[in-house]
Amino acid sequence: MLRYFLTRLAGAVPTVFVIVTITFFLIRAAPGGPFDQEQTLPPEIMANLQSAYGLDQPIWTQYGRYLGALARGDFGPSFKYKDFSVTELIGQGFPVTLELGTLAMALALILGVPIGTFAALRHNSAADYLTMSVAVVGIAIPSFVVLPFLGLLFGIYLHWLPVAGWEPASIKHLLLPVAALALPPLSVIARLVRGSMLEVLRSNYIRTAVAKGLPRRTLLLRHALRPALLPVASYLPPAVASIMTGSLVVESIAGLPGIGRYMVQGALNRDYTLVLGMVIIYSTLLILMGLIVDLLYAWLDPRVRLQ
Amino acid sequence: MLPTLRVENLNVNFTQRAAAIAAVRQVSLSVWPGECVGVVGESGSGKTQVFMAVMGLLAGNAAVDGSVRFGEEEILGLDRERLNSIRGSKLTMIFQDPMTSLTPHLKVGEQLAEVLVCHAGMSWSAARDAARRMLERVRVPEAQRRMNQYPHELSGGLRQRVMIGMSLLCDPALVVADEPTTALDVTVQAQIIELLRAVRAEVGMSLVLISHDLAVVAGLADRILVMYAGRVVESASAAGLFRQARHPYTAELLKCIPSLSGPRLERLPTLRGQPPRAGDELVGCAFAARCPRVAERCRVERPLLRDGGEGAAMACHYPLP
Repeated sequence: MLRYFLTRLAGAVPTVFVIVTITFFLIRAAPGGPFDQEQTLPPEIMANLQSAYGLDQPIWTQYGRYLGALARGDFGPSFKYKDFSVTELIGQGFPVTLELGTLAMALALILGVPIGTFAALRHNSAADYLTMSVAVVGIAIPSFVVLPFLGLLFGIYLHWLPVAGWEPASIKHLLLPVAALALPPLSVIARLVRGSMLEVLRSNYIRTAVAKGLPRRTLLLRHALRPALLPVASYLPPAVASIMTGSLVVESIAGLPGIGRYMVQGALNRDYTLVLGMVIIYSTLLILMGLIVDLLYAWLDPRVRLQ
Repeated sequence: MLPTLRVENLNVNFTQRAAAIAAVRQVSLSVWPGECVGVVGESGSGKTQVFMAVMGLLAGNAAVDGSVRFGEEEILGLDRERLNSIRGSKLTMIFQDPMTSLTPHLKVGEQLAEVLVCHAGMSWSAARDAARRMLERVRVPEAQRRMNQYPHELSGGLRQRVMIGMSLLCDPALVVADEPTTALDVTVQAQIIELLRAVRAEVGMSLVLISHDLAVVAGLADRILVMYAGRVVESASAAGLFRQARHPYTAELLKCIPSLSGPRLERLPTLRGQPPRAGDELVGCAFAARCPRVAERCRVERPLLRDGGEGAAMACHYPLP
């Protein structure tokens, strides 16, 4: 198990390398540069800036330098946020985004799985149709609609929670963003679990478990739940991706100092190093997620073999 | 003496697209203590559904009426909690397909032990011990190692042995075996039948053996019920049935058993025609369309199950002598 994990982790390094290389050259191929402004700078200043950031060097030299710095764990200076390195920017914002994303993912799982199971147990009843319809709405409404609505309801009318803003270690400020961010994956998970649970409940081994006279709790938790979670495991990586992109919207509406905004801003500003840093963080996270899903598969179904 | 199981006037109907389909019609049967009853019929004859109803395992769209007494207790329509205290312990079932009838993600030992934890209130470690001893009793080699394996690591025959062991954990009064050998190789089939015979001699429980194969039932059953189109059409001691079937359907079935002795046949004998479909409204005898002895009366008047002497019964106007 540990060996499998380490082998796969080592295998992720070349993947990240390829992603970095492609991103490096793609962003350079985009027209414009980090120092282009509406008013063109005097050529001397431009030349100074270019040489200060090493942009006057041939692109292969820049690429080599970047990789060298990366190998030392240095993501380079930000081109747009003066006096900040990319490491500092991401280091400050990432914990916020990570907390937001982890809580949203946890909420989606903790609520989505029981809701889906509930709907499956009441298959074709009004409760089933109602929850599944709400789930469709949950998937369809974007978070930039949900979050202001929640803010209006719980912040402005009820005065229970702050509408926006951020304080360290304050769960109150995170509640609404987490809820808005969790809603789409929660809805997807509920629907997935309902479908797979229905299938599992019709299977021969559940019939055996019923014939054994097991109490309903044991039947569901010990015999039915694990196989019913397989599709949820497959959905985890895209769910994490959707939460990461979703956090851009949610963070800017709720005024959270996360890293969600850096990706788009960095790309628009041609902040080459910041974009690369974000790509590295996001792709590492996704690769790690894929690895966790593989381990999860092996646990959910012992017929899956890790090698 | 009280029968272990007494089924009276059992009807099972399935609702499909607003139409009711009768799977079991007015079936009555008894299983006496220590007795082995074979239930034989083609697929769709309702033989499995009778015992699904007994076990409370019918699908959600099934409607059932009649009476099922297990010992002294009426168990049809019993609340789930009370039913759960009976099924799996005193009343158990072995299923047809051992490949899919065990939970894939739980170790064999856990699936056995949970029965004892649930019904006998044993601790997990005591239950595991008892489960291992049971695996040895149903002749699973290397029982200790098998305990820690998953079902997919076992062969079909071994899995069926596990299922049989699972059914015996709480000293059942009645075990229902639904086509226990159908999904297995011929050589393994013989081993499983042999195991059931040995277990019955050892434990002395009643056994219901459901099969489409008269030959499988022949070696084990004391009494055989033949079902056709949801009804019992003949009931006789195994010896009596094989000596002289009274119902033409049974007689035709017996002709279809291939024999090793006797002349070589170009073609195996078969029963002509199809059984009536489950949704069909039947007037007269359900077997009339395929019966070699059919007469005008058979098409208009349904024959009732009547006494044929020597504990036998058949539902036929013109039974074989």
